[in-house]
Formats: sequence, C-alpha cells, structure tokens
Amino acid sequence: MEAISHAGSVLGVLSKDGIVLAAEKKVTGKLLDLSGSNQGGYGGSGEKIFMLNSNVVAGVAGITADANSLVNYARQAAQRHLFTYNEDIPVEVLAQRLCDLKQGYTQYGGLRPFGVSLLYAGYDPHYNFQLYHSDPSGNYSGWKATCVGANSGTAQSLLKQEYKDDITMDGAIDLVLRVMSKTMDSTTLGSEKLEFATLTLDPETKQPKARIYRPAEIDALLQKQGLGKKEEDTEMKS
Amino acid sequence: MEVSFAMTGKGYVLLAADTTAVHSIIKVKTDVDKIKELSPHLLMAYSGEPGAVVSRDTVQFAEYVERNIRLYQIRHTYPLRPPSAASWIRRSLAESLRSRNPYSVNLLLGGYDTSTYTPHLYWMDYLGTLVEVPFAAHGYGSYFALSLLDRYHDPEATVEEGLAVLRRCLDEVSKRLVVSPGKYKVKIVDKDGIREVEL
Repeated sequence: MEAISHAGSVLGVLSKDGIVLAAEKKVTGKLLDLSGSNQGGYGGSGEKIFMLNSNVVAGVAGITADANSLVNYARQAAQRHLFTYNEDIPVEVLAQRLCDLKQGYTQYGGLRPFGVSLLYAGYDPHYNFQLYHSDPSGNYSGWKATCVGANSGTAQSLLKQEYKDDITMDGAIDLVLRVMSKTMDSTTLGSEKLEFATLTLDPETKQPKARIYRPAEIDALLQKQGLGKKEEDTEMKS
Repeated sequence: MEVSFAMTGKGYVLLAADTTAVHSIIKVKTDVDKIKELSPHLLMAYSGEPGAVVSRDTVQFAEYVERNIRLYQIRHTYPLRPPSAASWIRRSLAESLRSRNPYSVNLLLGGYDTSTYTPHLYWMDYLGTLVEVPFAAHGYGSYFALSLLDRYHDPEATVEEGLAVLRRCLDEVSKRLVVSPGKYKVKIVDKDGIREVEL
C-alpha cells in the first residue's frame, strides 16, 4: 500500500457514453525509448495503461513488475472466458478473477502480496460502462470516478465536487485533464508525463472500442483543451 | 424412441419433448419431464441417440449443465445469455467426446436474451456440433418434423400459430412412427420467462 501511494496516479471517470482513464508516468527522461508506445490501441501496452481485452482497459499504480504479471494474468483470464463462453468477459468477472488471485497471495503460500492497485475501465452488454478499483488485499468496488496512486486523496475530493451523474464524454475528458493538472507533480501537462485512454462504443457496430492514445494524439488533445488550463482553474472554483 | 422438437416465433421459443422412459419393450414411465429449466429464460430439451439403448448419460449431463448454469448465475448476479450458455454447453460436450467415457446426449437449447430482446434456438448433438437454427428436431421424429417445419414454419408467428404447426408435427409422428410416444411436454420461453403449455 505504501508503494502505491508513492506511485504515479491513475484517474478514471465514468460518463454516459464512455470511460476516460489517465495516468501520470513517473519513469521518463530523454534517453527513454518511447517507440514501443507509438502503436496505441490493439496490442496496447504503455507503462501505466494496458488493454486487457477488446472491451476492458486497465490503469495500474504500484510496483511495475507486479503490475505486468497481473496484466498478463488478466489477459489470459479474458481469453479463457472467450474460449469457453464465446463472449467478451464481463468487466466485473475479470475484476473478480484478478482479485481472487490477489487474495490468494494474502492467505496461502507465505508469499508477499502484489503491490498494485488497478483501475478497470470496461464495457459489457449487461451493465454497460463500468469502472472498478482493486487493491492488494483483493478487495474491489465499482466507482463513477476514482483515483489511485500519489495525491489520490486530493484528486478524489476534487472528483467528488466536480462529478455529475449525466456527464458527457467530452465533459469527462475535460474533468480528467483538469484534475490531472492539479495533482501531477510537474507544472504543465505533456505527452511525456501523461498516458491517456478512452473506452467508447462504436456507433454503427455497437462494439466497445478501446483507444490508448499515442503521444502525438495526447499532445493534440491537450492543445484542443488548452494546455494552459492552469490559469483558468482559479476562476473555475467560484 | 426419444423425440424432441423446437421452433422460434415472434419473441418466443417453443420446445416439445416426449415423456416416455423405456426399458427394452416396456414404457417404464410416461410422464418424464425432459425439458430442463436452466435459468429464468433458458430451456434445454435433452434426448438420447435414436435406436440406442436408453442411457443414464442424458439425465446426468442435463443435470450437470443445469447446476453449472445456475452456479454461474449465483456467482455473477446475472444469468448467462443464450449464445454464451450454448458455447459453454458445447465446450463441455466437445471435451467429453475425447475422454474415456463420452456423454451420449443430444440437446435443443431455447432461450430469450433479455438484453437484446431476441429469441435464440440451438441444435446440439453428442459430438459437440452447435448450430443456431429457426427450428429443429432430434430423434426419428425429426424425419417427419423437419419437412413439415420447412413448409409451415414462420419466424414471426404468434404463439397460437406456432402451437398449430407443432400439433401438425406431433400428429404426423403419431400417424407414421411405429413406436410413437403418446404424450408430449411443451414449454415456451419468452420475455416473461418460462411456462408450460397444454396442447
């Protein structure tokens, strides 16, 4: 739990027609090779945000190696479900699978627990868009908007004030970027420090579409929302 | 011989199965219910191989499926949708096929998907074949029923019209099959759930 509270924050917000996930990258630098993350979407693996299945995207906070192991397990679980039931794994079922694994590590074997908190953003035909949070104990709960990692307390209270039940996708993106800019360590938002993903429904096929933004797309999005969001924030509160 | 029929209609699936349990030349029981209710909107009619000696397999497998579908529903708070349930059942049959003692049971799975508001009917055999069909039948009776259903089935039919077509099939089987079953159990599943129908 300590490791998680020092890790880069991950923020998720549920809207009527989609979910937004954003994460602060802690491992950056000029020498870091980012070419792998140039392909977002399918085969998406960033540092913080991963695609678990075509209908579920997850953000991780905590010990990176543990997180990678859990993501791999989750991906296998999703495919096992597809193999048996010929349907995309329901989001809550996937969260439960991971939590059952995590709980096992707290009870059997004398092994240490996974030091990771995850936010699962997903869609299934039963409950539409859902956002879940799970912690190392194997506990999970559903949220409309939540945050894990560093400064999650501040972010959580900000979300509590600003979140509205009927928020649109654009409103959610806007809210996420505003809260991230407030809670992130660096002064301005940029694609080097930010990972961003959305999960929406394709209007024609009605299938879930997961999109992990590429660095160039993140920059374009920030430009559209106005990178200098910080100046306006002080007036917003009144 | 064990026989079962099924057809889809406007917002419903109709299933019928005979009610006899046979040992060599004797009808041991004449009011067996061979249509299991797997979940509030899922029905499964099971039967043995035509010509084969009656096996315990059919009931064993049917109950195994029923209990597992129910377990899924209890664990995950919502029932399996018909397409997913069909895939799971097919997977179980396919795995049993290459085991020491394969299950020898043929199934008709009828369900109403409450999230898309559509009826679904699946024909499954002991080899793990799965097809979604507008109407189906198992057993010797299928030789008569399928041609009748080819001619008279209407996917947009009302319940009464569907029952009329079913009556045609049952009458033909009584008329032409040497060992025709006397009584049938008829069940229907629609948006309101499962109910039994008197023919």
